Amino acid sequence: MDQIMKVNELSVVYGKGCDYCRDSNNPLEKNRCPHCMAVCAVRDISLELYDSEILGVVGESGSGKTTLMKALYFDIIPTKGSAYLAAYNNGETDIFSVSSQQQRAIRNNLLGMVYQNPVMGLLMNYSSGGNVAQKLIAAGHRNVAAMQERTAQLLDHMEIPLNRVKEPPRNFSGGMQQRVQISKAIANNPPVLLLDEVTTGLDLSVQAKVLDLIRMVQKQLNISVIVVSHDLAVIRMLSDRTVVMLDGQIVEHGFTDQILEDPQHWFTQTLVHSLI
Amino acid sequence: MLIVNNLSKTFNMHVGAEKTITCLDSVNLSVEPGQVVALIGPSGSGKSSLLKCIYGTYLTTVGNIYYTDANGSEHDLANIDLQTMRHLRTREFGYVSQFFHVIPRIAAVDVLSQPLINRGWSSNDSAKRAKELLSKVGIPESLWNMYPSTFSGGEKQRLNIIYGIITMPRLVLLDEPTASLDPVSKRNVLDLIIELKEQGSMILGAFHDYEAMRVIADKSYHVVTKNLELVA
Repeated sequence: MDQIMKVNELSVVYGKGCDYCRDSNNPLEKNRCPHCMAVCAVRDISLELYDSEILGVVGESGSGKTTLMKALYFDIIPTKGSAYLAAYNNGETDIFSVSSQQQRAIRNNLLGMVYQNPVMGLLMNYSSGGNVAQKLIAAGHRNVAAMQERTAQLLDHMEIPLNRVKEPPRNFSGGMQQRVQISKAIANNPPVLLLDEVTTGLDLSVQAKVLDLIRMVQKQLNISVIVVSHDLAVIRMLSDRTVVMLDGQIVEHGFTDQILEDPQHWFTQTLVHSLI
Repeated sequence: MLIVNNLSKTFNMHVGAEKTITCLDSVNLSVEPGQVVALIGPSGSGKSSLLKCIYGTYLTTVGNIYYTDANGSEHDLANIDLQTMRHLRTREFGYVSQFFHVIPRIAAVDVLSQPLINRGWSSNDSAKRAKELLSKVGIPESLWNMYPSTFSGGEKQRLNIIYGIITMPRLVLLDEPTASLDPVSKRNVLDLIIELKEQGSMILGAFHDYEAMRVIADKSYHVVTKNLELVA
């Protein structure tokens, strides 16, 4: 099994931080340093992603899931840690150590991101087709006719009616906006797709449609996916492996069926037993 | 060859009152290629737990599970890295759980094709094989493109069995495969198991159904008070 991505001891601290909270052996008050009051949103997280697998990240609100995803997509500068992508310089260069120009190239060519809030990922007042094309232009495409064709194909794939491609996402329902975001995220066939609570807040039938499309895309393109959710049902349906986060740290990691049927950590047990 | 050596499984419950439950204590057993080995015993005696320990759904507390793969390398499934296990699960293992749990909104024939597609089969060939097996266990053609959630209990169970064995896995773990089947379907399912046995699979199954067990099993272990006892 080939390794696609590797993250080493990644930390994101909101605030100054001090010697006490920099040592991950020292206990915090939840995720807050009792000395300097900094919030350690992500604390020494290491994980690996392998080819064509879906990795689930679960945890309660405020456990650092979104911060982790944003750090991996260069939206937040991590306080410490490194990450390697097999598709970037054969996985030999820490992607956090390269220039911002290089990081932009990685983001445009090797990563796709779907945010929980469509406002983060889309320009709400530009046409939906234009939003998808933006990613293509960023990746170096210049042929307008080819881009139009690709955009239409992607949106059609995500079941956005072709006669609405020119409409801005602000006219769309939440589920449709998420589907436009997914089209945009996969536009240039990235090897790694990051999904942050993509179905939260959508009604059941729309959620089902979005999940089916994600599964289909993952199988067809054979990409690796990290999917963040607080919803165990989503994780059970999508992911092969799962990590459980609590207060910025990973407390448990294993096959999804093992996490759900034989959880070891008290927090995972609480989570699983709270499943309706 | 599959050898379970001195295996114990303990659950530590942290929710509610702190509690430790031992469900398997120093279990030993072996399954050879071409052998059907049966686990018998009352509900709650730990038959399913043993199968789950082997498949990795439960973490083994103490002991080893030695498995020799198709290339002749030996693995200890109780202490294996997840990517090697993932490979073995797709390539060599089949697990028929007691309850059928599949992704909703996918037609039966597509659900059953998936394990073959994961192994690199074309979708046409996979679907063809799935249909062959569906007709073999007597599921009417009109249901093949329906969602499994609309199936009856017995039909779901037959789907579950096909899903677990469609790849003709080297190691087959069966959890009550004939529990809710009528006599004709049961016969069809037993024929499938015999087919696997003849091609050299190692088969370990938990059975309630003594009659079915007697037809196919080469040896059986009785699960007595968290331990295993070999019975003739």
